[in-house]
Amino acid sequence: MGFFLETLIGGLMAGMLYSLVALGFVLIFKASGVFNFAQGAMVLFAALAMARFSEWLPQWFGFESLILANLLAFLISVLIMFLLAYAIERLALRHLVNQDGATLLMATLGITYVIDGLGQSLFGSDIYQVNVGMPKDPVFILDSVFEGGLMVSQEDLVAAAIAAALVAGLSLFFQKTTTGRALRAVADDHQAAQSIGIPLNRIWVIVWCVAGIVALVAGIIWGSKLGVQFSLSLVALRALPVIILGGLTSIPGAIIGGLIIGVGEKLSEVFLGPFVGGGIEIWFAYMVALVVLLFRPQGLFGEKIIDRV
Amino acid sequence: MLYRENGQFKTSYRGDQAIFPIAQDRWLISAMIAFAFVGVPLIFDEYYFLAIFIPFLILSLAAVGVNILVGYCGQISLGSGAFMAVGAYAAYNLMLRIDGMPLIVAIIGGGFFATMVGMVFGIPSLRVRGLYLAVATLAAQFFWDWAFLRVGWFTNYTPSGSVAVSNLHIMGWRIDTPVDKYWFCLGFLVVFALVAKNLVRSAIGRNWMAIRDMDVAAAVIGIRPVYAKLSAFAVSSFMVGMAGALWGFVYLGSWEPAAFSIETSFQLLFMVIIGGLGSIMGAMMGAAFIVITPIFLNQFLPVAAGWVGLTVSTAAVTHTEFIIFGVLIVWFLIVEPHGLARLWSIGKQKLRIWPFPH
Repeated sequence: MGFFLETLIGGLMAGMLYSLVALGFVLIFKASGVFNFAQGAMVLFAALAMARFSEWLPQWFGFESLILANLLAFLISVLIMFLLAYAIERLALRHLVNQDGATLLMATLGITYVIDGLGQSLFGSDIYQVNVGMPKDPVFILDSVFEGGLMVSQEDLVAAAIAAALVAGLSLFFQKTTTGRALRAVADDHQAAQSIGIPLNRIWVIVWCVAGIVALVAGIIWGSKLGVQFSLSLVALRALPVIILGGLTSIPGAIIGGLIIGVGEKLSEVFLGPFVGGGIEIWFAYMVALVVLLFRPQGLFGEKIIDRV
Repeated sequence: MLYRENGQFKTSYRGDQAIFPIAQDRWLISAMIAFAFVGVPLIFDEYYFLAIFIPFLILSLAAVGVNILVGYCGQISLGSGAFMAVGAYAAYNLMLRIDGMPLIVAIIGGGFFATMVGMVFGIPSLRVRGLYLAVATLAAQFFWDWAFLRVGWFTNYTPSGSVAVSNLHIMGWRIDTPVDKYWFCLGFLVVFALVAKNLVRSAIGRNWMAIRDMDVAAAVIGIRPVYAKLSAFAVSSFMVGMAGALWGFVYLGSWEPAAFSIETSFQLLFMVIIGGLGSIMGAMMGAAFIVITPIFLNQFLPVAAGWVGLTVSTAAVTHTEFIIFGVLIVWFLIVEPHGLARLWSIGKQKLRIWPFPH
């Protein structure tokens, strides 16, 4: 029982991390109908910027403080992500309004190539470390209930807390601010929003900026876990079942979907994996999502699809 | 002036239904096929066959298959790489486990098994559509990636999952030189492009297009969605599977599961979209674009850097290649979202009224 709970908690933590990546997808899809395959590349790009600047800044200006370096690097990375968001909107998406989903999907795949190439030629293509002082040691909880307690990684706990805070912040931003209201209006109906004077282009830039920040946070957390390297951009593929499970247009869906997929992956890998040779977690997530889609084609929390002729 | 259909009257139903109703088109295409069979082997040397022509032909076949599914039936699929892998490994197992298996039967058998798998993974399309379906088909990709790596039987228990075929021959014709391989692939492409062209302009092709344009409306006027969607998945994965078998047997010779990764699926979708959705010709043009551009960039970039007096490292070349390739794709989608096939038809229209502007 203790082992099962441990796996479960590990899965929930991993799920929070998936939600973080999935959130970026959902934000952009909601506001512009673009299925942004470049999200993974953005995560990698942001993490690379963060890792390199926190390494370069102390060298350039000759200070030692890790906190200062990280803080400055974070600000610079945010700035870079804003620039990237603006460039993507200005140079690519603005010219592609009204194209169908598949074309937009392919365009973001093209953008993925550009970001990957750009990131690696600017920041190098080795493995880098992001050291933001995440606690590495596991802690044991509930010693009184289970013998030896449950082992929980502190790093995961912190990451999950950050993810939760980010989600809460985003929901506040969406619900309480004027910009948030404009974003929701655009998500509901492009034309209606435009007709009452909401500037579509600016809204899209804002959404991409927000997605950029989400990517940066995801990049820092994943990067400090796995190291910043090319394979970081593959977490996007792990997050895809999360969003179709939760529904492409639902922020709570991304969270719940992430938790379900995280738990499902861990449990299947631990309890089912040994029978079929292991490594099943990557397709198992997709199968779970597929089965759910067969019964609910719009995902768990997506908007109901209404067919009209 | 040269390209004009004036005076070409159709006097029979056969003539009216010809694939190329305009005589000039017929001659041009026949000349191109003849040139491909006879002229190309005389002109080019081995490097071109191995680096450009053979991959181009095989990927064209796959792109034609994907175009049937994505372009004609409107079901976005990101699992094509997996269907190629199924085709390749099925053909390999047929050759391995059945004595005296003829090569062509093995390759078509590979296509047949890909059809089965494609239809199973096509079932979600009955409920799910659009981008949800695209992600759902990724399940096929990851599942088969895993299966060929972990299930030993498929790869005859080789430790790394790497398999090899050698000694390809059909009825005494040994296919070992690049030119032989080229002819072999060209034969496949010509036959199945013709099949595809005829399928899409027949009743079943019209069913697919109706489903693509508006599936509820199509169902209302009596087109069976189950039949139309699954048949599109079947035909598409048959061609993609055969292309996979050819890719493994003829182009690679020995391969491992990573040869048919998700990259392949993306590439095939790129070909179809850049070439033009819903066009057989477009699929081939898209394949040419995707095959040739990276090779061209790879050769050209160091030279271009030399002109401005820079020496660049191979890593920098790779990264620049990535950037330029991505920019080209986005640029293409912006200037011509309907793909190269649209440019082709615009060109034909202009030629038809030339020398007058309207």
